[in-house]
Amino acid sequence: MPKLTVNDIEVDVEDGSTVLHACEAAGVEIPRFCYHDRLSIAGNCRMCLVDMERAPKPIASCAMPAGDGMVIRTDTDRVKKAREGVMEFLLINHPLDCPICDQGGECDLQDQAMGYGLDGSRFSENKRAVDNKHMGPLISTVMTRCIHCTRCVRFATEVAGVPELGAIGRGETMEITTYLEKTLASELSANVIDLCPVGALTSRPYAFTARPWELNKTESIDVMDAVGSNIRVDARGAQVMRVLPRLNEDVNEEWISDKTRYAIDGLRRQRLDRPYARGRDGKLHPISWDEALKTVAGKLGKAKAKRVAAIAGDQCDAESMFALKSLMARLGSPNLDCRQDGAKIGGARSSYLFNSTIAGIDDVDALLIIGSNPRVEAAVLNARIRRNWLATQMPVGVIGENADLTYATQWLGDEASLLDDVLSGKHKFVAKLKKAKRPMIIIGMGALVRADGASVLGKARQIAETYGVVTDKWNGFNILHSAAARVAGLDMGFLPERGGMDVAAMAAAAKAGDLDVLWSLGADEIDYADFASSFVIYQGHHGDAGAHHADIVLPGAVYTEKDGIYLNTEGRVQYANRAAFPPGEAREDWAIIRAVSGAIGKSIGMDSLAEVRDALCEAVPHFAMPDQISAAKWAKFGGRAKLSSQPITSAIENFYMTCAISRASETMAECRRAQQADAAGAVAAE
Amino acid sequence: MLKDQDRIFTNIYGWADPGLKAAKARGDWDGTAKLLKLGHDQIVERMKASGLRGRGGAGFPTGLKWSFMPKEVKDRPHYLVVNADESEPGTCKDRDIIRHEPHKLLEGCVVAGFAMRAHAAYIYIRGEFVNEARRLQAAIDEAYDAGLLGKNAAKSGWDFDIYLHRGAGAYICGEETALLESLEGKKGQPRLKPPFPAGVGLYGCPTTVNNVESIAVAPTILRRGASWFAGLGKENNTGTKLFCISGHVNKPCNVEEEMGIPLRELLEKHAGGVRGGWSNLLAVIPGGSSTPLMPIDVCNDITMDFDALRAAGTGLGTAGIIVMDKSTDIVKAIARLSYFYKHESCGQCTPCREGTGWMWRMMERLVRGEAESHEIDTLEQVTRQIEGHTICALGDAAAWPIQGLIKHFRPEIERRIAARHAVDAVAAAE
Amino acid sequence: MSIDDRIAADQPKTFQFTAENEKEIKRIIAKYPKGRQASAVMPLLDLAQRQHDNWIPMAAIEAIANRLEMAEIRVLEVATFYTMFNLKPVGKYFLQACTTTPCWLRGSDEMMRCIKDRYHIASGQTSACGRFSLLEVECLGACVNAPILQVNDDFYEDLDYETTGALLDSLEADDPLPVGSVTGRSGSEASGGGTTLAAVKSGKSGKSASKKRGSAHA
Repeated sequence: MPKLTVNDIEVDVEDGSTVLHACEAAGVEIPRFCYHDRLSIAGNCRMCLVDMERAPKPIASCAMPAGDGMVIRTDTDRVKKAREGVMEFLLINHPLDCPICDQGGECDLQDQAMGYGLDGSRFSENKRAVDNKHMGPLISTVMTRCIHCTRCVRFATEVAGVPELGAIGRGETMEITTYLEKTLASELSANVIDLCPVGALTSRPYAFTARPWELNKTESIDVMDAVGSNIRVDARGAQVMRVLPRLNEDVNEEWISDKTRYAIDGLRRQRLDRPYARGRDGKLHPISWDEALKTVAGKLGKAKAKRVAAIAGDQCDAESMFALKSLMARLGSPNLDCRQDGAKIGGARSSYLFNSTIAGIDDVDALLIIGSNPRVEAAVLNARIRRNWLATQMPVGVIGENADLTYATQWLGDEASLLDDVLSGKHKFVAKLKKAKRPMIIIGMGALVRADGASVLGKARQIAETYGVVTDKWNGFNILHSAAARVAGLDMGFLPERGGMDVAAMAAAAKAGDLDVLWSLGADEIDYADFASSFVIYQGHHGDAGAHHADIVLPGAVYTEKDGIYLNTEGRVQYANRAAFPPGEAREDWAIIRAVSGAIGKSIGMDSLAEVRDALCEAVPHFAMPDQISAAKWAKFGGRAKLSSQPITSAIENFYMTCAISRASETMAECRRAQQADAAGAVAAE
Repeated sequence: MLKDQDRIFTNIYGWADPGLKAAKARGDWDGTAKLLKLGHDQIVERMKASGLRGRGGAGFPTGLKWSFMPKEVKDRPHYLVVNADESEPGTCKDRDIIRHEPHKLLEGCVVAGFAMRAHAAYIYIRGEFVNEARRLQAAIDEAYDAGLLGKNAAKSGWDFDIYLHRGAGAYICGEETALLESLEGKKGQPRLKPPFPAGVGLYGCPTTVNNVESIAVAPTILRRGASWFAGLGKENNTGTKLFCISGHVNKPCNVEEEMGIPLRELLEKHAGGVRGGWSNLLAVIPGGSSTPLMPIDVCNDITMDFDALRAAGTGLGTAGIIVMDKSTDIVKAIARLSYFYKHESCGQCTPCREGTGWMWRMMERLVRGEAESHEIDTLEQVTRQIEGHTICALGDAAAWPIQGLIKHFRPEIERRIAARHAVDAVAAAE
Repeated sequence: MSIDDRIAADQPKTFQFTAENEKEIKRIIAKYPKGRQASAVMPLLDLAQRQHDNWIPMAAIEAIANRLEMAEIRVLEVATFYTMFNLKPVGKYFLQACTTTPCWLRGSDEMMRCIKDRYHIASGQTSACGRFSLLEVECLGACVNAPILQVNDDFYEDLDYETTGALLDSLEADDPLPVGSVTGRSGSEASGGGTTLAAVKSGKSGKSASKKRGSAHA
């Protein structure tokens, strides 16, 4: 632990720290543009120059390892001059177009020019102009503003794992571009917008729509996948203008996926903003809430409890699921399920959690992925796997889809029988698992939605137990969910009660004419054709699959329009906050269910969200512990039946369209088109 | 004047065959194995004792530099990298060594490589030297065929390989870490230091980068003795040196002379003197384009060595002497160098990328007098804003010539500005 | 010049190294340690340029990237960083005129004037006949033989207006002058025979005096 002084303040810093870290530890602010905690050190902007005793010239604090006994000063005239000089150089060719620049108000260059720059310009030459570059539908470029910090290049190469950005040319004609201006083919591409310290890379969908100071900023949780990325939702009035990442070292660090960031235009499109009922003409007609409640109450009141069922979708908040579960209990129906994809999970918590935690990925030294493409199912989590791989070159085996995951993988194949080969030790990848001190298995929904999913799970458990994936000190047995609502649903037991039906059984019953009422809480991924004979109550926010087949539509709120609890794939409890109000007559979901229960005369109580939460936390105490993960006890789980010969696939085919919101998003559609066009171009070039 | 028998490069003009047989006749590869018997550390000690200072420009003691390499080869091999990216304007000595004395360089690689416990050397030669590279490759092939390279090189018991790597047009690759980046297949952008190449160099391995001339003189120094070399020149500035004399002399040439030779003597003895006589001298850039110029009053008595030139506010650099007589548009001469540095800036760090272009544009205006006189101060301040603030020394190299110009020729710049203003005033009045 | 201007608008669809060059590639890659094949990127770009009429098409960039397991953008970065890589066609005789201060002091303006008088081209342009391209380049490292004109691989030294004209005549006739000084200096010695090493000079072998003829890249 080196001890050094910064402006006479003595600080101890960790080994491997830099002088810049030491300055921060001493509470001394160091201006910087190119330096970023999560990227390699470039040392090119020269803004962080400080004085070091005995050094003949100022040193770049970001790149200088902190050494014991160093004496650093940041308050000298030389440092002041150096900063002013660098600032002036950065500004001479930077356009003074802040009034028309989207970065205005949140621009590092603007801010630091105020803090460290001079008040005038001595530059009387012509400014440089640089052609803008095409980088796809998400990133708007004004390359004349670029200060060549190369953060974007380093992000693409290091974090995103798509070495497609570069700085071509040299000297003052150096330009940042993708190869022949192709779209940046990464699910994390838009993070370069946050990283860009100036207005060179800005958000294309958000272009010229708002100024940062006009926005209400709400800290919340993303539901586009099961990572539970921490986000900030910026809204103006009722409209969500943008989503930005929020720092959470254990979850998303400071990245979010492009879908998390940009599916939000889907929040405004195809919204269900009032109740509807299907008329005799087969079409949906608007009705009042009173009529809606009466109709629903009538149907539920008449139906036999055993012939009523409820399915919870992938983005439900825990409170609404708990309210619906309570209602089903009051009705006496055992038929409920939160696994609309039919995944064969439930039971012991350790059988369905990402037990190692996401941060645990950092410690892994061998990985086996079964039936998952983490790059599209959990892009941010995948970046963490990549980082580990970059540092350690750990072996990564894949059973299932042979996809480019941005790190080297050994594709074992997609036959389910490979699990037997691994378990028996026949497969040579076993040697790598055996050699590892902290091996990990990641099992995706692709492996578990199969008819033999339970047996796949069982085999995976046996593999884990055989090869040290689960020990007293380490649990590397991980389920990677793709639905944000799933773990909360499983934890609260939104599952068939004794004698109850799961989704498949409900569908079978419906086809046999034995299911009178289906309550779909935002379930848009099931095949509604199966439920043609049932009265379908669809409670949700978008005119997607559910609403199209509903007999009655109860308009609910999207994730940005309600306070809600979500548990991510680790089982981490996270509280999301409302950033805007639901449109029109749409209501928060728990309240709709509460109202229906009242209308039937079987009230579930819980007259406020607080009361719902109290009841929920009483039933499942760990829901009361935000940001915590309650460790799950290891258990014997999974089936033992022979595996089918059907190849193992992964659950998500198209990253950009995985839910009602992203399907409604024009931005996501455009990304998909760009992706397809690039793929077609690549084929044509072959 | 240095005696011919004390000259190391006896075929510098290519009057004799550069091939192995003729090179051996000149004394190259003579008892190389015996030199290696001295042992790694003894070679380094003798190089230190010779006082040889690096011939690439910075003048860092060569033996000391070699001693920075780890004393033990662990998991990473050691590398010798020879900097043959000769590109500093005014400098053309390494070209002559490569094309006329290639075996001095190759033998030097074996000796230096052995001293630093390396089994391989990469010679990075600038891309434009196509024919020189062919000549050097031919010499390498010849040396392999004769058993002087490869396994048990020159029967020394030490395996040694030499690989030639051609650049492709980038002055910055003469900066040692940019050179290493380039050799690794990347853009030639200098690395942040620390770590230094002796710890983390080529492919992350301990590496020493030496100039061609520094390596090529090593075998002769070891053969003739450190004291012989140290006995030439001046204290702390020992030995002989290849000087390149270009510009306004009657007979531009390269010549090997003793360190510390008076500039005037050097020019008059070997280069036919300044065009139009010594009194027609305007200024001299003594050590390649990056060293600040000296006006005639400094030139009169200056000696050509590191310490004397440093004391005069300039430097020996590569000993590329650019002579300018009184006919020279001195502002334009320096402006052209400013363009050079702008063109060669790698673009990586802010002060150099932005500053070199700004300085050049101001210089172009000063050539024509299209400026205000306070802009001379602005320009001077801009050079100070670059100097010492960049990743590598290119920023300094771009700043110094302008500082030298302003220091010694400010009245000339002011005269042009005044003349231009006068013309503008007349035009405005009409 | 912006980057786009440096890259040819018309690009061939494909590029393939010749069988002979494929062998050369293996030899080149073998110079570098295993796994460090990226080191070969500059030699391969040079090879592609020599194979392809002195310029490198994008298809070659992609072929090299593929061959060396590098990202395409990394190869393009290298190809655009170093000035010797031509990314658009140049004439059969690629005239690279050094105009940096040492050459300028010795009359590089005259050399340039001669080229411009004859072909009416500025730096970066190709003559109407298509056979001559001109590029002003930075210090070529032969300053005591200034001014220098590099024609493809070869240096012509000690030029002035007249001798530049004679050189261009010889190129037009596809019979280039001997490479080196046009004033008869054998190397960098002072004109008239140098001031040192008289003994070596008197024993001067005939072999080194024989000079290589200039070569076209084609």
